[in-house]
Amino acid sequence: MSAVSERRARGRRARLSNLPQHVVLVGAAVLALGPVLFMLMTALKTEKQYLNDTLGPPWPLSFSNFREALHGGDFFIWLKNSAIMTFGSVIVSTLAAALCAYAIARMRFRGQNLLLSLNIALLIVPPVVLLIPLFAQYSDLGLISTYRGVIVIYAGLTAPFSVYLLTNFFRSIPHELLESAMADGASHFRLLWQIVMPLSAPAFMTLVVVNALWVWNELLIALVFLPEDRLKTLMVGITVFQGRYSLDVPVLMAGMLLASVPMLILYVIGQRFFIRGLTSGALKG
Amino acid sequence: MVKVRPWVPYLYCAPLVALVAFIFGYPLIKVVDFSTRLVRGSSGPFIGLDNYRNAIDDPTFRDAARHSATLLLVVPVLLTISVLVSVLLYDQVRGWRVYRSVLFMPYILAVPIVGIVASYMFTLHGVVNDLLEKVGLRSLAIDWIGSEHYALMTVLIVIVWREVGFGIVLFLARLLTQDDAPLEAARIDGASWWQRLWHVILPELRGTIEFYVVIAATTVLAFAFAYVWTLTQGGPGDATTTLEVYIYNTGEVQSLPGQAAAVATMLLALMIPFIALLFWVRRRASAEVGSVV
Repeated sequence: MSAVSERRARGRRARLSNLPQHVVLVGAAVLALGPVLFMLMTALKTEKQYLNDTLGPPWPLSFSNFREALHGGDFFIWLKNSAIMTFGSVIVSTLAAALCAYAIARMRFRGQNLLLSLNIALLIVPPVVLLIPLFAQYSDLGLISTYRGVIVIYAGLTAPFSVYLLTNFFRSIPHELLESAMADGASHFRLLWQIVMPLSAPAFMTLVVVNALWVWNELLIALVFLPEDRLKTLMVGITVFQGRYSLDVPVLMAGMLLASVPMLILYVIGQRFFIRGLTSGALKG
Repeated sequence: MVKVRPWVPYLYCAPLVALVAFIFGYPLIKVVDFSTRLVRGSSGPFIGLDNYRNAIDDPTFRDAARHSATLLLVVPVLLTISVLVSVLLYDQVRGWRVYRSVLFMPYILAVPIVGIVASYMFTLHGVVNDLLEKVGLRSLAIDWIGSEHYALMTVLIVIVWREVGFGIVLFLARLLTQDDAPLEAARIDGASWWQRLWHVILPELRGTIEFYVVIAATTVLAFAFAYVWTLTQGGPGDATTTLEVYIYNTGEVQSLPGQAAAVATMLLALMIPFIALLFWVRRRASAEVGSVV
């Protein structure tokens, strides 16, 4: 912490020589924002304005594209389905992983290292490899086009990372804290629930951010396992929407903007959580 | 460690093990089994290595393997840009937090949204070419998506565009936790920016760089389906078909699950060295970084 504040103090001794840095960074920032600006500007144009000039400013402003997009796409249904998938799988994944990570980090049993290593190895299994057999398995079990079936897939796919992150975190909790509670006769389950979980709030925050973002943005599984219109997630929904409005780019961009809004709002509000969560998840390795 | 009855830990891990066995364990065994069968529905007669032969004889498969390999070029590009930009930000330029927020923003956008939006920006008469013409670079205005020659490069650009924010923020976070005395000493000794980068910062970042390379390569090989699918659907022709897209097409579109399983098994085998690498870089990185939150 002190190193950071020290550096900050030095940073205030303004260096005038960093103009080239600003030039590079402004250029990078413009590139990073470009597609979002394109979405926004195009969404506010009429089709005629867009066809005449893709670059020009959207003037006079036209908001009818948003109305058309909401009318032409089932955004609220898609949002609801994505929300159900995300909440459901994050809860299942986190609970199952927390229990097991606690055992791996705080108990001693045969196979615990193997279990952790296995979870790390599974981090890089491509989901597409599981696609064909999972589909056959799910057809047999009648789980295709069901919320619970797909929630289980997402929970399973995110579980290895959850175990990995939580085990690392639980291991870092000081020994003495748990020993004294144990001496007072607390059970493991109470330790986990009343001491370890509250102490691990930052780790859970990280986990929720990483896993929720992954599930929310996932396309392949949703495409294959939730083909019915009433069950489509937002990511599958927008590919349908694209097919419907492939010739009316402004309406299409209005739709893409609508689809981005939930995450963009969350990012603006909780930017720190996103940045810290996503990087600490990786650096903890 | 606290002593408990021996079955207690297994009870704690039972839900997770059941979940992982159901989603990874059984399907992984099954995919290898499928790859040796003429699959109809949920099984079929054993046909040895025919599925593998059919795949290898399929020119589209060979193209897909080549395209996946080519896309690995994403890794050095990502690494270079994200290290350089993170070092620029670490130099404490005014407003570095704002830059960081803006540069990270693409990573928040969903891949399918990015893919669809980019598929309109990169059309022949799209905004990218209009912009290039406006600034006098008409010669660079190519058919980014419609041409077999350029489409894969366009996929690469889009992947880099979205993924680079993560790398920048990752390296910056690592730099912010390091001891900056060596860097300060180098600065006082009059080392140039490049000298400081090369001799002080890069050695310092080595563990994180190794870790990032493994993660980025995995992303390209194993988690890039949505980029390709929303941007080009593997086309034009099969110009951007990767192994992931090939497996999806073969299994779900052409209904050849056995052949798709054979390619999936090969992709899995390709990923195994990455597992070893991941363990290796993890050990090195944790020895070096300690814990960083």
